[in-house]
Amino acid sequence: MFHKEKSIQLKNSASALYNNLSVLRIAPRRLTYFTVVHANVVNMVSTSWDGLNYSHRQLQSKEPNVATSTSLIMQAAFCALPSRDLLVVSSQKGIQMYESDGSIMVYWHALDTPEAPTAHAVFARGISAVSDNYVCVGVSSGAVLVFDVPSKGSNITLSEVLEEHKEAITDIASECSGSQECLANLVTADDGGNMCVWKSGEEFQLLNKIPGLDMTCSSVKLWKGTVLAGYGTGQIRLYEAVTGILHAEVNAHARWIYSLDIAPFSGLLLSAAEDSFVRVWHLSITPETNSVEIAHLHNECVTDTQICGAKFCDGDGYAFAVTGYDLSEIIRLVACWE
Amino acid sequence: MSTRTLPLLFINLGGEMLYILDQRLRAQNIPADKAKKVSTVPAWIEEDRKRVMNDIITTMFNKKFLEELFKPQELYSKKALRTVFDRLAHASIMRLNQASMDKLYDLMTMAFKYQVLLCPRPKDILLVSFNHMDAIKDFVKDTPSILSQVDETYQQLIEMYTPLSNGEFQLIRQTLLIFFQDMHIRVSIFLKDKVQNSNGRFVLPTNGPVPRGTQIPGMIRIFSCSGEELTRLQFNNGGNYSSALREGSFEMFGNRVTKLGTNMYSVSRPVETHMSGTSKSSAQHTKVNAAPNPLAKEELNLLARLMGGLEVQKPGSTDTGFRVNLFATDEEEEEALISRPNELSYGVISIQATKDQQANAELTKIMGEFTESGDPSSSASSKGDDLLAMMDGL
Repeated sequence: MFHKEKSIQLKNSASALYNNLSVLRIAPRRLTYFTVVHANVVNMVSTSWDGLNYSHRQLQSKEPNVATSTSLIMQAAFCALPSRDLLVVSSQKGIQMYESDGSIMVYWHALDTPEAPTAHAVFARGISAVSDNYVCVGVSSGAVLVFDVPSKGSNITLSEVLEEHKEAITDIASECSGSQECLANLVTADDGGNMCVWKSGEEFQLLNKIPGLDMTCSSVKLWKGTVLAGYGTGQIRLYEAVTGILHAEVNAHARWIYSLDIAPFSGLLLSAAEDSFVRVWHLSITPETNSVEIAHLHNECVTDTQICGAKFCDGDGYAFAVTGYDLSEIIRLVACWE
Repeated sequence: MSTRTLPLLFINLGGEMLYILDQRLRAQNIPADKAKKVSTVPAWIEEDRKRVMNDIITTMFNKKFLEELFKPQELYSKKALRTVFDRLAHASIMRLNQASMDKLYDLMTMAFKYQVLLCPRPKDILLVSFNHMDAIKDFVKDTPSILSQVDETYQQLIEMYTPLSNGEFQLIRQTLLIFFQDMHIRVSIFLKDKVQNSNGRFVLPTNGPVPRGTQIPGMIRIFSCSGEELTRLQFNNGGNYSSALREGSFEMFGNRVTKLGTNMYSVSRPVETHMSGTSKSSAQHTKVNAAPNPLAKEELNLLARLMGGLEVQKPGSTDTGFRVNLFATDEEEEEALISRPNELSYGVISIQATKDQQANAELTKIMGEFTESGDPSSSASSKGDDLLAMMDGL
């Protein structure tokens, strides 16, 4: 079904963080960028589609004007907006936004870190682009920061702070089917498994709250109005975003899920967990008839590895990439069918 | 990341250290004919062994030290934590050479890394900690004064950790895994038990019981809008899983169920490590460790200073009759020190306790309380003074 291709070597190993792999496909230049977080460093690899050229870059979490600190990075993710692509890095100290090749930092937002450490850790985690001009980033307090991004330049501003969650944000996702008909276009998830469904705009509107069952939702996706959520119990659940109706429940993994991804054109779903497995599923969603189907397609076991990131490399799901804790390579798999 | 990681790291590493030292002390407590092999290290008598264990455990659970340990704070660097354990290991009459100390620390860290990785649920790290605490309690069961210190620590652990959510435990686990990143030292006992591969990576089985709260993977359920189940499908999970075991006890007493964190050493199973064969990972190991820190003096952290104040003897004087060797012979130990790859050295900071005192007025005050004679909390130090005098007289 899927066969292994040559792995991409990394300068550092991947850290055990949720959603620790981000992929950006740059069709005009026939390049794909990958980013993987290692402690306080973002490893970036740019690969040419012919497989011949690789170039590496490392970004350190160094905030301007503060000479001394090194802080741990929680997530690095590409945000693809219609006018530009950004690389957003969220850490214990704040949020940095770079041009997608990591060459220039265009924006820095500092978190309110207390003088002395408190019992509750402070960090930013959960990154997503939403509609045409927003980037949303979650915070450990439960707040979601909404940044307004102009089509070019560094005049990025904090437009709104959404305060619905009481627990640390784990992941954020925007509607990726390309359909303009979906009412909801953003979902945010937290440590307690609670999810909020939003409609973006000058003022974001809360459409629905889906309560968690006290189990962390570590990775979330939104496709055709359906929330796809991966949990610490190894379950995947599919909810109708606006109503909160549970459509499907999958006992997918034997350990904590770390990453979910969807290939929007084909409906392929990728799930990866600490149990060493990456699984491929096929989703069929017809919003008009409220029908949801999910079928299991493929298992890929990365021996002796706790997987921390898995992403499709293209919108059809023809290829996907995987990272694991302590692994210094990005494993690549390509579909065998035509 | 998580500001509540240090107590768990310290207690679990300390527990592993005690298992290893106990095994070595018992191993060196063997009849004269075997003892000839380790000629400069005399056989330990039962009394000495108990005393060493008691001294170390007393220091580990010193009230002031624990107070500082349990404060919310970021995790220390490997270098800084190693300094704390160096001092802890020397909190008794026992002496360890550099090579033995290196090996001890390697074993401690790889063992706890293994336990953290294999924990089915993040909160099971607390059960692992309780396993260590249970064993420590058993080491000092005949000494009521130390026993009460240990009991108090149980209470602190329960108070601090049992209310935490699963997500917060996972953050603690992720913080610990960053600490252990890229460590692939091969441990003989792990290799023999086939829980570690020859490349230093741990075996993660795709069989066995699922964690509590997790279902065996394999089922897909589709529901109607009104909530009734429409379809049920099965898929092949690629592994061989069984139902979860029962829940372990998160209280002071009780069956912890998990074996992780229990003592895997015994006199007949010697502790060995192999340094070679992991050159790529060791190079990365250096990169993480050597992050330049302009505020380098902060590395000599509060805990290390506190620990230094409790030290029985001045650092550096290793030439006593109470040396413990983590290798089979003196020659092996010396060889290990010479041949240890540079990138695996811990770069321990050795700064005299007196300089530490000058560095911080508040600390000086606390240290002063430790060294005042007659102060019940400084019993370790005053014993140290006696021992020191005793040593001088030898």
